[in-house]
Amino acid sequence: MSNIGVLIEMDGQAIKSSNYGVMTAACTGGSVVALLFSKNGDPYKTDLERFGAEKVVIMPESDSPAQKAGMLAAAVKEYGLQALMGLSSSRGRDLLARCACQLKAPLTLDATQVNFTDGTVLKSHFSGKTTATLKLTGDIFLVGLRPNVIEAQEKPLSAELLTFAPNVEDAGGLKVIETKKGSSGAVDLTEAEIIITGGRPMDSAENFKILDACAAEMGAAVGASRAAVDAGFAPHSMQVGQTGKTVSPKLYIGCGLSGSVQHFAGMKTAKVIVGINTDKDAPIFGKCDYGIVGDLFEVVPALTNALKARKESS
Amino acid sequence: MKIYVCVKHVPDTAANIKVVGENGFDESVKFVMNPYDEYAVEEAVKIVQRQGGEVVAISVGKPNAVNTVRSALAVGADRGILVKSNAQFMDSDVTAEALKAIIDQDGAPDLVFTGRQSVDSEGMQTHYRLAAKMGLPVATDVVAFSMDNGKALVECEVGGGDREVMEMTMPCVIGATKGLNEPRYPKLPDILKAKKKPLQEIDFSELNIDVTAAASATAALTAVKERGDATMLQGSVTEMVEDLIKRLENDAKVL
Repeated sequence: MSNIGVLIEMDGQAIKSSNYGVMTAACTGGSVVALLFSKNGDPYKTDLERFGAEKVVIMPESDSPAQKAGMLAAAVKEYGLQALMGLSSSRGRDLLARCACQLKAPLTLDATQVNFTDGTVLKSHFSGKTTATLKLTGDIFLVGLRPNVIEAQEKPLSAELLTFAPNVEDAGGLKVIETKKGSSGAVDLTEAEIIITGGRPMDSAENFKILDACAAEMGAAVGASRAAVDAGFAPHSMQVGQTGKTVSPKLYIGCGLSGSVQHFAGMKTAKVIVGINTDKDAPIFGKCDYGIVGDLFEVVPALTNALKARKESS
Repeated sequence: MKIYVCVKHVPDTAANIKVVGENGFDESVKFVMNPYDEYAVEEAVKIVQRQGGEVVAISVGKPNAVNTVRSALAVGADRGILVKSNAQFMDSDVTAEALKAIIDQDGAPDLVFTGRQSVDSEGMQTHYRLAAKMGLPVATDVVAFSMDNGKALVECEVGGGDREVMEMTMPCVIGATKGLNEPRYPKLPDILKAKKKPLQEIDFSELNIDVTAAASATAALTAVKERGDATMLQGSVTEMVEDLIKRLENDAKVL
């Protein structure tokens, strides 16, 4: 039976819930070894076991991405892993890439599916216009999965808790000085389960408060189209689309979005897409699940109120 | 300063991609410089304009990729080098090997800029591979760059609107993204001047790189169909909103 490693990404002291989908995918490949950088494994063992971990390996925290990648590479050897999986998040992509280079192994980032039997991985080519099947050859391969693209399924097992502290030197040359926190403490766009996005018709940065209010009722993140960002209504970190973030939420609500190819490149794997636009001929209505022809300045507040009322009545 | 910028010749993101055969696509569409690479070229040109030196644009691609190298020359790169291959998609490790071979031949860099990913194969790792082969530090999603005392200072987008500030020794490799700068448009005189700038073309086979070492290959390409059949909601705003919530809860089960 193959051993499949899963790099577990933390959000502070908590495990990001999007990790569990990666574990579910890993379970299809063999016996899952969950790897995390933490002082202590006890708080996490139960949750990881629930999603199929047979081993939970705790490695020492480090400020150095290169050193962490080195520890992961050592873990791959130590636990005889055929594959190392993780989230294709910002942090995940960086660590997996550094680790793949150290192992001289192939890596697929932003993958949407893994097939261990064939040794193939699916991912977008041409910004979502096509799906590429990549054939990976070699003893080991690495995969970063697009967050939320695989639904997590429980697979309760009993896991062994292990510590692993390999002696890995930091090659040096790169030092993290500080992390500047973003202005909002809001939900991270790339891992949000629900996203509501504003386009150019938002007309001002101030008006994004209308979306914030609606998002608050759904526990959603707020995104922006390229046009809205270019007009200065939202920062680039909120941009969804080809030259912005790629997201895969359960629900995506586009407000005043035309539905351009470039925008859809960033969110077409969303489970459900809702379009709100005053123009009944907007391209978005040919690509969504539910459409509302209307003014977002009427529709979104109405939606916010209806969601509030629904909460109060339940 | 000697700055290399790695650029890729890719289909325009507005192009309609038609799959041909098992894993090919109709290459008669419009091709451009990979959008992320524009930020890389702009940063390199700005640095050299301030401090002197040269910007060398390098690329691995099919013969038409020479157009993208020329585009880099038109916005301020001084020289260009193209490694001609016969495939649009190449394992990133092999691409990095070819780029390293060029850099080794042409001379040690002070900096290497790339885009954070290509918009066609979206590998997101060539710069990491190149850096590892050259024994250099690397950072990606770079939205701010400066130099101080022989060190490079970068700010990288790390998700959730956060930015990580990192210091790297030089030379180093930088994966640029949107927000790093505003790429300039070439003016006609610059485009004409670019035709006279040195552009060297080398055949991939001349580099003696082992392609069988390639570990990732594009076995198939499949067109993705857009979802059609939208349910268009009807009625007053209040009615449509209520209807939407009900459907999202009960039918789609996403609320």
